[in-house]
Amino acid sequence: MSVARTTRTRKDPASPKSGKGTAAKRRKSGPRVGPPGTGRRTDQLEAMLRIRRFEERCVELYSAAKIRGFVHLYIGEEAVAVGVNQVLTPEDAVVSTYREHGHALARGITAEAVMAEMYGRTTGCSGGRGGSMHLFDASRRFYGGNAIVAGGLPLAAGLALADRMRGQANVTCCFFGDGAFAEGEFHETANLAALWKLPLLLVCENNLYAMGTALERHEAQTDLAMRAASYGMVSWAVDGMDVEAVEQATRRAVEGIRAGTGPHFLELRTYRFRAHSMYDPDRYREKGEIEQWKSRDPVSLLMDRMRDSGELDDEEVARIEQRITDEIDHAVETAEQAPEEPVEHLLHHVTSGPAEVVS
Amino acid sequence: MGDDENREPKTTYREAMREALREALRADERVFLMGEDVGRYGGCFGVSLGLLEEFGPERVRDTPLSESAFVGAGIGAALAGMRPIVEIMTVNFSLLALDQILNNAATLLHMSGGQLPVPLVIRMTTGAGRQLAAQHSHSLEGWYAHIPGIRVLAPATLEDARHMLAPALADRDPVLIFEHGSLYNVSGELLPPTASVDLDHAAIRRPGTDISLITYGGSLSKALGAADELAAEGISAEVIDLRTLRPLDDAAVTASVARTHRAVVIDEAWRTGSLAAEVSARIAEGSFYELDAPVERVCSAEVPMPYARRLEEAALPQTADIVAAAHRAVD
Repeated sequence: MSVARTTRTRKDPASPKSGKGTAAKRRKSGPRVGPPGTGRRTDQLEAMLRIRRFEERCVELYSAAKIRGFVHLYIGEEAVAVGVNQVLTPEDAVVSTYREHGHALARGITAEAVMAEMYGRTTGCSGGRGGSMHLFDASRRFYGGNAIVAGGLPLAAGLALADRMRGQANVTCCFFGDGAFAEGEFHETANLAALWKLPLLLVCENNLYAMGTALERHEAQTDLAMRAASYGMVSWAVDGMDVEAVEQATRRAVEGIRAGTGPHFLELRTYRFRAHSMYDPDRYREKGEIEQWKSRDPVSLLMDRMRDSGELDDEEVARIEQRITDEIDHAVETAEQAPEEPVEHLLHHVTSGPAEVVS
Repeated sequence: MGDDENREPKTTYREAMREALREALRADERVFLMGEDVGRYGGCFGVSLGLLEEFGPERVRDTPLSESAFVGAGIGAALAGMRPIVEIMTVNFSLLALDQILNNAATLLHMSGGQLPVPLVIRMTTGAGRQLAAQHSHSLEGWYAHIPGIRVLAPATLEDARHMLAPALADRDPVLIFEHGSLYNVSGELLPPTASVDLDHAAIRRPGTDISLITYGGSLSKALGAADELAAEGISAEVIDLRTLRPLDDAAVTASVARTHRAVVIDEAWRTGSLAAEVSARIAEGSFYELDAPVERVCSAEVPMPYARRLEEAALPQTADIVAAAHRAVD
């Protein structure tokens, strides 16, 4: 029953069937969720670029002390968020980690709402109480940012359980990193989900580092897909730098889950080009290693592929970049002007009833 | 409580809790019970016996012994609109799920700016007195009472065991129910529900004028026993059952101390950093000028609970300790 396919997916995925220029014509504005049309590749490119440019702006804003706290950048891993989210429907649920800007944007939460959250403003997607690590959007079933490694996994199992008990065909997708493999919660959840055949998609973003500790220094067995398969779930290892490979693997997994075959596990092999967080001096990685992974930059990979097939030219790239720049400019501008929550509201949202009075 | 006469039908605390669960499962199809041995086994303490047969394995759901996963799954199911009742065998085991309870259940509403309430009930046993030694006997409900975002209940009577569950399930926020293990076999006549069963107010279990004995859960019967002994000496003790450990009913404590001007706080947890410490501090803050004597505390000895009967008894607050503390305050 358990199928462990730990081979990498092919480098050249399905031959593109979309013709030249069709992508741009079918474009809708803004990020989207759900099955892509023929505009798939352009959508993917724009969604990945949006994440990257958003985070590059975050770096500037952090340096200017406009945003604070722990900020964990996703740069280099954009193909995972975009490829996975393209397959999910609005009814599906997503549980994420503290490295979640990419997941949130790919899920369709606007740059405006995420940026306002980074600013701690009332207009932020968590009302300013979460910040970078705790993005939420109930209307999009985005059960966001869990800053405890593996802490979101049991939660995701429960969301999947509820959907199944009520006969909903939804899938719950849980993102987590390779560091989560060292936590009991991953193993408890894998066991429970496989035992109960829950409609759960476990997406491990294996970026080779748990904070600053390399995979081979934190795991006795580094073949993560094989370990997940030991719980009796279908498990694949996938090239996480190739957005089309990610999308295809996700589509196959989600089809399997909707068909009732229980949880599926995807190990997406990826890499973060930046440090663990803005505080991290990144002394534990060789420059050469980073450069090597940058040569497989997911954005460049897709761009090159599109240029080769004639789907993309410089003008189109410039148009996409301009659109994103405008969007992020607007997000920063509105965040700067957004109201701050009055201090009198400090005790709001501790309980659902009236604010708790502590005498 | 515990009266041996046979004239009326008796109910045990266990049966009262089971009836509450049955009623909840019947009343709302979103409700399900999940935990260690709750199904086939009938509950580690027999509370859920027969519910599997009545409601089936989807709604009376045996879990692996993985507290973090099944408590977290309860939180996720609550987020998605279900009304889970999660049972953990003892409070000691709940520590394996503390991350989920504190970092998720208690926190999600606030972190999400009010978007994600977690309507979840978690039940577990607490307390000592059955020679179960140090890893099955502790009273850590005070730790949970430390946490904003959750409600903490300690039903001490048959009526509270029977009638607190429904309002707990109706609460949109996580509710933790601590059932003292020594209470399950307590039997008596179950009184009809009254307006006094709610989740916000402490109860006066015995009115008095000379001293307030403030307690909750498994220590209530000892406090009532102490009040009997004190009454025989002509000292009128008022017994306050806190019932809800978070949020604390400050007004009830303040009003009682205003009547009696003396207080003994009885708590089976360790004295250091305990709920008793919190109650004492609040009396000092809010009722200082009402006091005719320092607040007394009767708590467990600062030792991991021993197995040996004689040592366990010595470690726990006993009726005689409460009487002695009352004497120190009154004399």
